[in-house]
Amino acid sequence: MSTAQTLTLPRKNYLNEGYGLKSWLLTTDHKRIALLYLVSITFFFFIGGFFAVLIRLNLLNPAGTLVSAETYNRLFTMHGITMVFFFLIPSIPAVLGNFLIPMMIGAKDLAFPRLNLLSWYIFVLGGLFTLYSQLAGGVDTGWTFYTPLSTIYSDSHVVAAALGIFITGFSSILTGLNFIVTIHTMRAPGMTWFRLPIFVWTHYATSIIFILGTPVIAVTLGMVALERVFHLGFFNPALGGDPVLFQHLFWFYSHPAVYIMILPGMGVVSEIIPTFARKRIFGYSFVAAASFGIAVIGFLVWGHHLFVSSQSAYAAMTFSFLSYLVAIPSAVKVFNWMGTLYKGSISYDTPMLYALGFIGLFVIGGLTGLFLASLGLDVHVHDTYFVIAHFHYIMVGGAVMAYLGGLHFWWPKISGRLYPEGLAKFAALVLFIGFNLTFFPQFVLGYMGMPRRYHSYPPEFQILNVMSTAGASILAVGYLLPMAYFIWSMRYGPIAASNPWPATGLEWQTSSPPPPENFEETPVVTWEAYDFNRPDIKALLAAQAAAASSQD
Amino acid sequence: MSNPSQQSDHIVPPKVYAAVFLTLLLFTFITYKVAFVDLGEWNVVVALLIAFFKSTLVALFFMHVYYSRRRTSVVVLSALVWLFFLIFITMSDYLTRHWLY
Amino acid sequence: MSESESILRGHFRDMPQQRDASSLGMWVFLATEVMFFGGLFLTYTVNRAAYPAIFAQASRQLDVTLGATNTAVLICSSMTMAMAVYFSQKGKRTALVISLLLTMGLGLVFLTIKGMEYAEKFRHHLVPGYNFQYAPASAGPAQLYFSLYFGLTGLHALHMIIGLGILTAVLIEALRGRYTPEYSTPVELSGLYWHFVDIIWIYLFPLLYLIDLHR
Repeated sequence: MSTAQTLTLPRKNYLNEGYGLKSWLLTTDHKRIALLYLVSITFFFFIGGFFAVLIRLNLLNPAGTLVSAETYNRLFTMHGITMVFFFLIPSIPAVLGNFLIPMMIGAKDLAFPRLNLLSWYIFVLGGLFTLYSQLAGGVDTGWTFYTPLSTIYSDSHVVAAALGIFITGFSSILTGLNFIVTIHTMRAPGMTWFRLPIFVWTHYATSIIFILGTPVIAVTLGMVALERVFHLGFFNPALGGDPVLFQHLFWFYSHPAVYIMILPGMGVVSEIIPTFARKRIFGYSFVAAASFGIAVIGFLVWGHHLFVSSQSAYAAMTFSFLSYLVAIPSAVKVFNWMGTLYKGSISYDTPMLYALGFIGLFVIGGLTGLFLASLGLDVHVHDTYFVIAHFHYIMVGGAVMAYLGGLHFWWPKISGRLYPEGLAKFAALVLFIGFNLTFFPQFVLGYMGMPRRYHSYPPEFQILNVMSTAGASILAVGYLLPMAYFIWSMRYGPIAASNPWPATGLEWQTSSPPPPENFEETPVVTWEAYDFNRPDIKALLAAQAAAASSQD
Repeated sequence: MSNPSQQSDHIVPPKVYAAVFLTLLLFTFITYKVAFVDLGEWNVVVALLIAFFKSTLVALFFMHVYYSRRRTSVVVLSALVWLFFLIFITMSDYLTRHWLY
Repeated sequence: MSESESILRGHFRDMPQQRDASSLGMWVFLATEVMFFGGLFLTYTVNRAAYPAIFAQASRQLDVTLGATNTAVLICSSMTMAMAVYFSQKGKRTALVISLLLTMGLGLVFLTIKGMEYAEKFRHHLVPGYNFQYAPASAGPAQLYFSLYFGLTGLHALHMIIGLGILTAVLIEALRGRYTPEYSTPVELSGLYWHFVDIIWIYLFPLLYLIDLHR
């Protein structure tokens, strides 16, 4: 990397263009909006994490008497709602997607900047409703709001929480709309579809899910609220309704939602791996197509959440088959990342550590998903810790690691500073160890029969639960360290070059941090994606090699 | 690279609008009348087919899909396909539950 | 020249790109609306398949003539809306304003008739969660029917009201002479929204009003 003495922060950049609260709260700059989201979702991450801490502390002993059973129900519900809707779903798209997509395609901003700001305000408003429901005592139905508990029997703040999620859903919808229109209509001259970075492809696929899935959960939660208030009967058998209809409606969105949570992460990994292997991504068009394959097939598998809910055996078999099918495009991506690494010139910078961790943990999470898609096995492990371990491997071991990897990778671009590499590598390792110690025992617990959403458990499960809680404490350190050193780096970190790694995307062609309008002049693209033979990339790589050898 | 929108460049002649308008009114009348004819199970099918025909006319001509680029049709068709996923796949559960017992 | 410069937003390259983006944006938004109504259409399908006779009987409480009239009213309003777009593209300001006023007027007629129908339901104790009374043997599914009736037509009416709001804004700009053959995009896009709301009603009419009338 270039020496810090020769670098200065660009005089005019999006961070110093206007100071004061108004310039941030009324901004239409996609980069500032991305940072507004960064702050908000980090806030919700802490809240969700707080609930997780209480859950794990309660599960230290079998009697589970730290909190009452009632309170425990509220803890896992609020943990789920906060983490899913207010952290995971927005995380990469609203922070990294918002920041990077216009730059990656050579545009000045997204297609609808004011709509983008509105999206953030809607997100905050929904969050406030949900926060209110938590402060007022919480919800105890599980983040899945199953009826008729949520519509009739629960005496918790279901309507407020449902309203909060309903409102936030529109934030997702508008973001997805903005991304799709931007990618179609605002690409710079020469930026053809097949020159786009995979990050853009995966966000396009994610946006399709935002657009076509989110409205369904919105109307469903609206129905739950109406049913609860007006005693309607859609989901009440005594009035001729069907609780399973709720499950169909809920999971029609919530299954694709998990692809909302993982596809952007796959996009991040698809940027990091070529950069630190110095090699074009293997099978570009297959990786791009697989993103769409995941998004489309992902809409056809929701019934695998209803295997034990009296769904017809024939529907169940079809859903099981389709759930196996959706693993194929995911596997295609994994094989292509492997193909990219093969014979690459690999370095283990922090983003690469996160990307490699993602691949391993995602594979474990994904394979266990196939176990769950098998009808016979699912009967035994449904509603056990096996399921919890499965989805945490994908969402934490996968999505969150990709998010952190992406934050590290693009931190120089976002802030103009470098984070401390040694400490960052250490934090990544701590996180990896903490994560596995937390969640691997849960596979065993689930297989041995420990049910989920129970505040207490049989004594023979205690050792594994204690291991899991210990792991969680280490995991927490792994999260806190990056927060601390990112903040530290904003003031004290070495100043970054425009392209420190170097990487091939268009966003690296502009200064770190970028000017408000992203590029001094609209770029004209004449090269293919991930072209490490480009003259400017080769020069940067040569300089990097020279600097490394001169230190020997 | 993006092509400029074709929409403003196509000024649809009022004659086309008038023809579609009259057709829509006619088929509203037809759908009303057919509802009183006993077709058994097929009444709802006929009613939905007529509604689909009417909405297609509105989309193609009032909403200019006929005159627009292919991308517009893809958006419309995607929405319809997804709606069908939602309804038909869910109904496949309800309709096959009795197959076993 | 300066007129169109102020219309062009800074992050767009030129007017064709802006028009392209706005148009695609509205179409993608309408796709989300299809799925939003879709959840209710699914609920309707499931319940009508489960309770065909009760749904048919309950729907007798609706006035088919009023429903058919409203269908015709909306079709007329779509015609006047399409003509509004035509006049805007031709630069005929007066005709544009009249077409917009007619469209809005017909929309108000629709809502008035709807309001009358709702008032009838209140009088006959057919409002779920408020004063619902029905033959005990079929009360549950009948209440489902009326919940769907109010849910679907209520959501539709809400969209109409929003549409009237949008058209008011468009009307004001039209009166100011803002729309020209070079710049008719807001009229076109409002038209798309209005036609979509009409399409929803095209389905609601047979599904809610015309159930097994032949029996």
